[in-house]
Amino acid sequence: MINRGLWRPLLISLLCVISFLGPLAVPVQAVTDSRAIYVLNRLSFGPRPGDLEHIQAVGVEGYIKEQLSPKSLQPPSNLKRKLQQLKILKLTPIQVIQRFEPQRQQQQRPAAQKAARQKARRPLKQAEQARIIQAIASPRQLEEVMVNFWFNHFNVSAEKGRVKFWIGDYERNAIRPYALGSFRDLLGATAKHPAMLFYLDNWRNTAPNSPGARGRFQGLNENYARELLELHTLGVNGGYTQADIIATAELLTGWSIPAPRQMAQHPTGFYFNAKRHDPRPKTVLGTKITGQGIVAGEQLLDLLASHPATARQISYELAQYFVADQPPEALVKRLTQRYLKTDGDIRAVLDTLFHSPEFWDDKYKGRKYKTPYEYVLSATRAQGRDLDFNTQQMLGMFAQLGMPLYRCRTPDGYPNTQTEWLNPEAVTRRVSLAMTLTRNRGSQNRPTDLPQLVNTLGDQISSPTQTVVDASPERLRAALLLGSPDFMYR
Amino acid sequence: MNRRHFLRYGTLAGASSLLAVGTRDLWFPHHAWGQSRRSPRLIVILLRGAVDGLNVVVPYRESAYYEARPSVAIPQPGQPQGALPLNNQFGLHPALEALMPLWKAGQLAFVHACGSPDATRSHFDAQDYMETGIPGNKRIKDGWLNRLLANLPAGPITQAVNIGAQTPLILSGSQQVTTLPLGKKAVRRQSIDNIPVQEAFDRLYQGDNALAKAYQRGRQARTALLAEFNTEMMQASKGAPSPVNAASDLNRLAKLMTGKTQTQVASISFGNWDTHVNQGSSQGPLANRLRSLGEGIQQLTQALGSTFNDTTIVVMSEFGRTVGENGNQGTDHGHGNVMWILGGQVNGQQVYGNWPGLAETQLYQGRDLAVTTDFRDAIASILTQHMGLNSTQLAQVFPGHSVQQTLPIF
Repeated sequence: MINRGLWRPLLISLLCVISFLGPLAVPVQAVTDSRAIYVLNRLSFGPRPGDLEHIQAVGVEGYIKEQLSPKSLQPPSNLKRKLQQLKILKLTPIQVIQRFEPQRQQQQRPAAQKAARQKARRPLKQAEQARIIQAIASPRQLEEVMVNFWFNHFNVSAEKGRVKFWIGDYERNAIRPYALGSFRDLLGATAKHPAMLFYLDNWRNTAPNSPGARGRFQGLNENYARELLELHTLGVNGGYTQADIIATAELLTGWSIPAPRQMAQHPTGFYFNAKRHDPRPKTVLGTKITGQGIVAGEQLLDLLASHPATARQISYELAQYFVADQPPEALVKRLTQRYLKTDGDIRAVLDTLFHSPEFWDDKYKGRKYKTPYEYVLSATRAQGRDLDFNTQQMLGMFAQLGMPLYRCRTPDGYPNTQTEWLNPEAVTRRVSLAMTLTRNRGSQNRPTDLPQLVNTLGDQISSPTQTVVDASPERLRAALLLGSPDFMYR
Repeated sequence: MNRRHFLRYGTLAGASSLLAVGTRDLWFPHHAWGQSRRSPRLIVILLRGAVDGLNVVVPYRESAYYEARPSVAIPQPGQPQGALPLNNQFGLHPALEALMPLWKAGQLAFVHACGSPDATRSHFDAQDYMETGIPGNKRIKDGWLNRLLANLPAGPITQAVNIGAQTPLILSGSQQVTTLPLGKKAVRRQSIDNIPVQEAFDRLYQGDNALAKAYQRGRQARTALLAEFNTEMMQASKGAPSPVNAASDLNRLAKLMTGKTQTQVASISFGNWDTHVNQGSSQGPLANRLRSLGEGIQQLTQALGSTFNDTTIVVMSEFGRTVGENGNQGTDHGHGNVMWILGGQVNGQQVYGNWPGLAETQLYQGRDLAVTTDFRDAIASILTQHMGLNSTQLAQVFPGHSVQQTLPIF
């Protein structure tokens, strides 16, 4: 996959061997094995040129193994170089604020204000760049898929205040390292990240009678506590009550963001303020939490991450993303068991999922309607332009299709089901974007290489579509393939 | 509890419908639509994030209101930045001043302590229930506006329009609905407007599955909408940009309602009402949002012109907020809320509903305004009195719901 050139001679010799086998050998089908296209559509953002050949060489099972162990796959050097250039992403959350947040100066000249505003947009722009170039060009495709999945599960929005300065760090340090790791680690990293603390207001959550309760920190704020139980862990039917929400909010009092004078000591942007904490023991979901201070919050997260309702909720969401909008119950149950047995090991749960009969059942293949994000990424990947694509144009496309990157305002994140994204306006708009995508491709503005595109898409284009494409003007063919009904699904 | 000055529709319903006879003669009911070329129209505006209804229609006589909200309460009428008096019990948030002429003209009413019988405080569940009209059942995949559409005579391709990127649940279902994106994007030219591109893609999407049908519907609607907005596209640069975000989209909605596209049913959502922090009172973040919404709605009623006579506008939100403010001068998720109803035929200048009071013993679970009117009852009154639905049709729009109270809204 990385050294695409290497595979070509290998493949040719493979085909020669196969053709010697006589009438049993079907070389063309061998390359466009429907299992290969399917696994690429679900574990990656769609095939790039060379991907099919790579799966042919390592086998479908080999591909799944590689993707479950992303460290075994080396990113190409041009991708590494491009990521290196995005220097803001290496700053701590506090450094980003100190360097990019506009200062409140009352009598600044308009030109200076404008410059400050432009500067303030740079951290988010670099986060967007990093997301897109990795989603398209990283060989660790499952990791990219899971980064997007978890980002939506633990959504924060750049539309709210300071979050835009912290989204890059949030994704890089709170989501990405744990995308295939332990759910408890992921939960803990998001809970302590300033982006989440700010987005769901927990940074102001204060015990009403504590010594620190003054000024704008005067009492409980249950916003984060509620979404933590409802969206991040147990699920809305997870069996919690309003009393559990209040106890959760109380346990998390003092989980905050450093004030300016504390910033130097707390570069990650997390600051536990003991003066605003409620140290009394609490009962949540029938379990007594005896720890005090920050330990109490950690015990709460332990309890939530290991709870059967959480195991089920996460399993349901994974099955919905990877198998079907209404996932089969037997699969959800099996994933839940695996989650509980492995202490919420995401890789283990995915391993079970990818080897389940439900995942491979023909009735689910090619039936997940692509979200706008998946559609634009897969169309770009299919044209295989390495890193020569226009990220700004892609961001515009996400927005036009109603899914602007990092800007889902509500904490439930973007959905991935057909009912949410299939509507008349959206379909005609996708078709128009297919024209744009195939006409204007990156800095060299070369038209799409049609034979290569056909080869890349393999057997995902049905014969009725192929017939229409063949009968259409040549300049429209690439757009028709990427705008076809077949390409709207994964 | 002070109920004396509050209109109790239970006892007054009969009297009001007698009074309404005079206007009813002028009104062309829905089944006469074919001859009269008039048709009742319905616009539903969803305020996502749970707007604080107690600060929209303020119960200014309640001392409990002021005790529970030391920093976010709206002062009484007559005080600096006080509520605008509606009657001797309720006042309107001062940022909604633009709506006062409509109130005085008797074209605006409210239903207070209105909401869902389901007690969830999850935004997402509560919005789903408000949109499906079947609280408590999560498996419902279609919305009550879509089921309403199924009970209206079939209209043009743009009979039902949603303004926004995706079709919301309230308009989802078996009846096809047109979506028009927000802002300028709605009318920008796309590749699909070119004839050769259209012809090629039309051949690809000839089927009758959900995707192909959506494509076909999208193509037809686009043709109709572009015809409607052609002049707007040419004039776009001349008109000064609207100071109000909501106004431009509501203006476009008015154009669809009054123009050739003959839109009968529409929905539009405005977000950002989830005020956990620094809600403000007469001024502040909530006031700013209310101001642009109020001005937008006022402009919408103007732009509708004579069509406003045939139109009802409903403004609703998934649930209310806590009576007491939280530790950050905000409010958390609560229960009862206020529904806004506007229209040329509305029996306005009324705050409908049974006011439960805000004393601690009167609150729902000790923290929220109690719900005394099921939101489906309020909507059912609109559907029967304004849209001309009979009881069989109503049962199809709200299956399993038996109306407890009829409000004399028209």
